[in-house]
Amino acid sequence: MNISIINSIVSYLRGDGAVILPEIELVLFGLGILIIDFWIEQKEKYINAGLALAGTLFSAFTLWRLRAAVVARGEFSGFHDSVVVDPFFLFFSILFLAATALVILLSVKFLDIEREQEGEYYALLLFACVGMMLMASGIDLIVLFLGLETMALSFYVLTGFLRREKRSNEAALKYVLLGAFSSGILAYGFSILYGLSGATNLGNITSALARRENLVHVVALSRLPGAQGQQMHDLLARQLPIALNFDPLTLQLLPILAFVLVAVGLFFKIAAVPFHQWAPDVYEGAPTPVTAYVSVASKTASFALLLRLFISVFTPAQKTSQEQWMYLIAGVAVASLTWGNLAALTQTNVKRLLAYSSISHVGYILLGLVAWNKTAFTGIAFYLLSYVFMTAGAFAVIIVLRQKGLIGEELEDLNGLYQRSPAAAVLLLIFMLSLAGIPPTAGFMGKYFIFLSLIETHHPVLAVFAVLYIVPALYYYFRIVVHAWLKQPGEAPRPIMTSAQIVALTVAVFVTLAAGLYPEPFTRLAQYAFGQ
Amino acid sequence: MDFFAHHVLSVVLFTPLVGALLLLLIPRESEQAHKIAGNIFGVLGFLVSLPLVRWFKPEWGGFTLEETADWIPSIGAKYHLGIDGISLLLVMLTTFLGMIAILSSWSAIHQRTKEYYILLLLLQTGMIGVFVALDFFLFYVFWEVMLVPMYFLIGVWGSDRRLYAAIKFFLYTLAGSVVMLLAILALYFYAPVPAGGTRTFDVPTLLAAAQHFSDPLKVWLFWGFFFAFAIKVPMFPFHTWLPDAHTEAPTAGSVILAGVLLKMGTYGFIRFSLPLLPADPLLRHKIIQIVIVLSLIGIIYGALVCLMQKDMKRLIAYSSVSHLGFCTLGIFALTPNGLSGSVLQQINHGISTGALFLIVGVLYERRHTRLISEFGGLATPMPNFAAIYLIVSLSSLGMPLLNGFIGEFTILQGAFQVSKAWAAWGSLGVVLGAAYLLWLYQRVMFGPVTQFANEDLPDLNLREYATLVPLVILAFWIGIYPKPFFTLIEKPVQKIVEQVNPGFYQAEHAKLPPPELPAAMAETK
Repeated sequence: MNISIINSIVSYLRGDGAVILPEIELVLFGLGILIIDFWIEQKEKYINAGLALAGTLFSAFTLWRLRAAVVARGEFSGFHDSVVVDPFFLFFSILFLAATALVILLSVKFLDIEREQEGEYYALLLFACVGMMLMASGIDLIVLFLGLETMALSFYVLTGFLRREKRSNEAALKYVLLGAFSSGILAYGFSILYGLSGATNLGNITSALARRENLVHVVALSRLPGAQGQQMHDLLARQLPIALNFDPLTLQLLPILAFVLVAVGLFFKIAAVPFHQWAPDVYEGAPTPVTAYVSVASKTASFALLLRLFISVFTPAQKTSQEQWMYLIAGVAVASLTWGNLAALTQTNVKRLLAYSSISHVGYILLGLVAWNKTAFTGIAFYLLSYVFMTAGAFAVIIVLRQKGLIGEELEDLNGLYQRSPAAAVLLLIFMLSLAGIPPTAGFMGKYFIFLSLIETHHPVLAVFAVLYIVPALYYYFRIVVHAWLKQPGEAPRPIMTSAQIVALTVAVFVTLAAGLYPEPFTRLAQYAFGQ
Repeated sequence: MDFFAHHVLSVVLFTPLVGALLLLLIPRESEQAHKIAGNIFGVLGFLVSLPLVRWFKPEWGGFTLEETADWIPSIGAKYHLGIDGISLLLVMLTTFLGMIAILSSWSAIHQRTKEYYILLLLLQTGMIGVFVALDFFLFYVFWEVMLVPMYFLIGVWGSDRRLYAAIKFFLYTLAGSVVMLLAILALYFYAPVPAGGTRTFDVPTLLAAAQHFSDPLKVWLFWGFFFAFAIKVPMFPFHTWLPDAHTEAPTAGSVILAGVLLKMGTYGFIRFSLPLLPADPLLRHKIIQIVIVLSLIGIIYGALVCLMQKDMKRLIAYSSVSHLGFCTLGIFALTPNGLSGSVLQQINHGISTGALFLIVGVLYERRHTRLISEFGGLATPMPNFAAIYLIVSLSSLGMPLLNGFIGEFTILQGAFQVSKAWAAWGSLGVVLGAAYLLWLYQRVMFGPVTQFANEDLPDLNLREYATLVPLVILAFWIGIYPKPFFTLIEKPVQKIVEQVNPGFYQAEHAKLPPPELPAAMAETK
């Protein structure tokens, strides 16, 4: 009997299971952490972190194996075409795993200081990562939604993880309410898509929508005066008499409504203006490693979902729909750039400042969507990649500052960081330069591709907007630098880095600089993600 | 040696960077070691750039000593270096002034010496990179990279309002350069791609391609580049960062700022803006008129503001606005004389204004003030200083036999060929220049010693001689025998004028009397 169970497991892993094997591993490690947590002493809690890290490494290794499979036989899907393994999934998953690993490394000491060293924390990190990977791999509305909710629920709990801290609780509540609200909107959009097409598979939805588009076209033609219109009218009267009663405008309305609802739901998740209000409070209240995680991974994952939907369902191959949503996205992008950059100018809390700055980064990435060509896709992928590492790095420096008796989140707390810890100050400078987009750093290359794509697709006004916002951005990033480098240190103690933090910072700074100094391999990777 | 000969530009470019990296290894406490290491690499940077002069062939107008390597093949960016006569002079100016600036900091900087020398050396690499890069991508990287060390030089070692001045400098320059980035990208995108080839950032290729662009596109590109360079130079309405940055920066920072950094703007005008002028004569005329008027306003306005200054350093800073106005006037006159004069004047300005800032630095180190009213009658306690200061002042105001005269005269001559009015307004700037510099000299050096503290100021010491005397020698050299310098830039300037103002040489030719046959040949007919 045992044999037959093993056999069925093996055959499962060879079939559908292989498609979600990286996720399965993460779940197993997460559950393992929850169980082991009961056995280990308070002092040995770091074992949890080690296990979680091992989980991400295993998962990354499996991804590597999957990549070989994709190279050998192209992309493949499972579970009745609801989950797919393709370069897009591989690229984003490796980003998520990297972000998760960085956050795990940064969390150990932070939780010690907060006296909240619990196994659940690491399990939740892994579960959130599972959700994100499903968001990148799903090609079915249900899988996508479940992935999104798995991620979001984990994040709600993680945000409120500092039970004794008022800010943390408040942030969690705010996050839950707005998050649930936005998920509702998204689900509503999904339901309309389902209603329009009778399918949850993205491919089927796309073809159904295309048929609908054709129908709209025919109906519109039949209303034209003249011989051609009359001909079409007669044809319709014979073939599909009911269609004569349709109003072409109403026919078009539902797909647009579905698009708007989905977009709004996702704009909440990526914190684009005007759906960004939760971000600064959540960023400020959450434990800093979780802030980094929300900022880096949740945003990237929501972008993955957005891109997946846009590329397959709302594809701009249909010329009419492209023009419709282009204005919406361009408007949101400019609003995000404007509000994100202007609001960041006056912040005094570094986490809030980075929250607003991340809103402006969303604006840049959305501009890539507006451009919608090869360069733009490379740019979006490159931007997200660099964003993950430079933002994680910036938060890592803030986390290093968190010492016993020092919160280290206010700009004043950074004063004289250079005298206290030159290494931390240099790293902070590099991350700030990269966030602002000064070469030779990864942040510049991301922006470079976005700007180039805007010029290629003849959006000079948007391009000018986008580049000029680098100037205020540099100003507020350099407010951080000024405090760290040019102000005299106060009473604050020297920050001491643990080896885990050193590893995380080294990885982050390596990618930030390498992707700026020698972007070739990273560009290839970004191109690979979109099958170029 | 062979390697050196093939990669001489890379060596020149990265020697300061290597120095900066080595300085990282020296412990923070050993101030003396930082100074010595910094100076060694300053001198080394200059020494390795000397072979450039030897190997450079002035007969050849194009780029030489080129180096090419793949950098980011997927977007067509290359590591491509090369120089022509214009960039050669600017590179030499950079390494030379860099060496002097580093030496001048010996006794002025006592805190965070390690970082100070690292940043100065990084700045050197950034500036040399701008002058030798022949790939737009690489150029932009150097252009931006150099902002960061300069920001810190002003922000950490500057005087009272250093934070304000530093960020103002950074933001102004950045605003210009991001617009330039768009222009570069547009140039990159609109340039035709050869069949089967990839896009490229190669400067000569793109500028050649730009010749076939439509005029509206060229105008857009021109203005895109213009703002970056006009802010850097700085031209009249964009100059407000300059007095703050120059005044607040430490002496070495001011020397580098005035001596080299501003030249990045004029270099950009010559190299990138001129080829982007539209072909339509009316349109071109309009653009040139705007730029020239701005230059003339800069010349006169800068000079007038100088007359009103109470702070020595601020006065000299404003004098840069005026002097750089001459440089842009010469460039946009589009005549060979104007252009070569402009290039030479850039070098002259680096020498004279660099020396003036050193002189202010000498006084500041002794008295810790820069107010003109605090000084007076310094010629009595400091006679040698007075002599050098006088020579430098005269060189800056354009006294014959000194370098400033050659530059300004050639520029005005070049401008005169195009429009007498331009030359007339320009020469007003020369008069005003004499006024503010001599009046400054008079107030500081002549008359009775008014302040007790000034009575026994020590004269120049050996190190200060070492920083000032080479500049004075150069000032005389250019003033008396400028031919070697003109020879270096003659061919590239000729090439540029042929390209952007093809009518000029024909018109000049037509002015000549018809060639008369020699008497001997006439007889045989």
